[in-house]
Amino acid sequence: MNSNNLQTIYVMWLREMKRFFRAKSRVIGTLAMPFFFLFTMGFGFNSGFSLPGISSNINYIDYLVPGIIGMTMLFTSMSAGISVLWDKEFGFLKEIMVAPVSRVAIVLGRIAGGVTTALIQGILILILSLFMGFKITNPLSILLGVVFMILIGIGFIGFGVAIASIMEDTQGFSLIMQFIIFPIFLLSGTFFPITNFPNWLRPFSYIDPLTYGIDGLRGSLIGFSQFSLVLDLTVLVIFSLAMVVLGAWFFNKTEV
Amino acid sequence: MNIIEVKNLTKEFDGFKAVDNISFDVEEGEIFGLLGPNGAGKTTTIKMLTTLLTPTSGEGRVCGFDILKERDKVRNSIGIVFQEPALDNRLTGRENLDFHARLYELDKKTRQKRIEEVLEMVELKDKADIIVRDYSGGMQRRLEIARGLMHYPKVLFLDEPTLGLDAQTRRHIWDYILKLNQREKITIILTTHYMEEADYLCRRMAIIDFGRIVALDTPENLKNILGGDVISVEVEPAEKAFSAFQKIPWAKKVTQHNGVIDLNCEQGEKKIPLLMKIDQKELGFEIKSISLRKPTLEDVFLHFTGKTIREAEASNNEKNKKRMRRRVRK
Repeated sequence: MNSNNLQTIYVMWLREMKRFFRAKSRVIGTLAMPFFFLFTMGFGFNSGFSLPGISSNINYIDYLVPGIIGMTMLFTSMSAGISVLWDKEFGFLKEIMVAPVSRVAIVLGRIAGGVTTALIQGILILILSLFMGFKITNPLSILLGVVFMILIGIGFIGFGVAIASIMEDTQGFSLIMQFIIFPIFLLSGTFFPITNFPNWLRPFSYIDPLTYGIDGLRGSLIGFSQFSLVLDLTVLVIFSLAMVVLGAWFFNKTEV
Repeated sequence: MNIIEVKNLTKEFDGFKAVDNISFDVEEGEIFGLLGPNGAGKTTTIKMLTTLLTPTSGEGRVCGFDILKERDKVRNSIGIVFQEPALDNRLTGRENLDFHARLYELDKKTRQKRIEEVLEMVELKDKADIIVRDYSGGMQRRLEIARGLMHYPKVLFLDEPTLGLDAQTRRHIWDYILKLNQREKITIILTTHYMEEADYLCRRMAIIDFGRIVALDTPENLKNILGGDVISVEVEPAEKAFSAFQKIPWAKKVTQHNGVIDLNCEQGEKKIPLLMKIDQKELGFEIKSISLRKPTLEDVFLHFTGKTIREAEASNNEKNKKRMRRRVRK
């Protein structure tokens, strides 16, 4: 990769940072939902009984927090990817598209920016959860957790860029929300083990990449996972690479 | 030297020819205009020349580079101000310029110097650190012009640069355009559907209608095609004067309607004194009033398209609505 492409990635990242730190209300807005989930579900289910599928020596709050972090990553990453659509709506995409720079570098820059902001929000949730009694057994495990967060981020930003590149305007945005993001979120085992799903529903969880992301987060943060961490990592690496290619490919074809 | 060369350029959208086989050249250093109603194909033409749209057929060269095969070289040598705003309205004016400068790989020193230069040119220096969302429409447009100039382009494309601006702001923008054409020696190609804008700014212009160029020349020459100025003489009795006027050698065309005789001629203001020297008493008529009318581009447009630009826009809007409806039904 030549210096020109690195410069493009850096500029796109820099823009994202400036916008992020300026839009405090937006940050609070996106953090509110995972926080409320964390708050209500955490206190609601933590009253001593154990949920089927979770071994009784694990507190529900410990089980829940990695799920909520995964959920935060999903929502912030998707919205970072879909922001291509807002640039289209506000015309700024044209400014980017007429610049003599590689389209792939633009997508990579957007992913770099989106991953950074999503990671900041994911870590904020993690810090908040410490106040609610979440216990990290091994501080080093946070590093592995961050790797999972980054992979979830890259994958869903790439996915969001691909969707936003196909869509012509923001009209279909709520459809995307209802029929893509929410199913991914609800099937991923955020709140309870996916083994609790009936047999016919479970395959949907298995094809949901976030399932492996949250399982990996759980494995690294609390040492409890359904799959092996190697499987989780493998699936996420493949998923995120595939989504970067997909996002870059569709973005390259978009006309403004 | 031609800085832009366009040959048989065509763009089709689902069978509809938005741009239909157009050819033209733009000379280095001139202000060239594409004049036509909304929906005539001006923006589509600009989008093809700026590599945002791929032509269905035909070819074009900008600064010697092929718009299909050498896209990045074309992109590097042009600046663009789009019809709709294309600013990041959460960043400040300066940050928007900085973003642009970095994308075009200006080094830090050049970047800082150039930002000050272009801000000064559009008189936005004191507003540079305000978030763009709080700019007025005119300020945004000026910032976009400044941004288009950041990377020292050879050609600047302006797509409807004064659309939606009030008359005073429009004047200001015109002055900036003329100033930078002269000061920066930059070639400017602009689209507009305002006659007076094309007349005021353009050295040469192409009139475009239904995706085709129907006329291309300097505004002066285009107006002269209509037979120059029109002197309207109110006279009594008209018949006698009519036969007398028909013998005037400088009158290209003499027509009569409702007691008024129209004389087509060149440099009409110099012909009025000649008219007054005619011995009215001997010929038996009396001139009541004389008025001189210079043809406008509106007359030129009417001449070439058979309708005024407003009528053309109304019919285009109707057509576009039908197309949209068809698309929805699909």
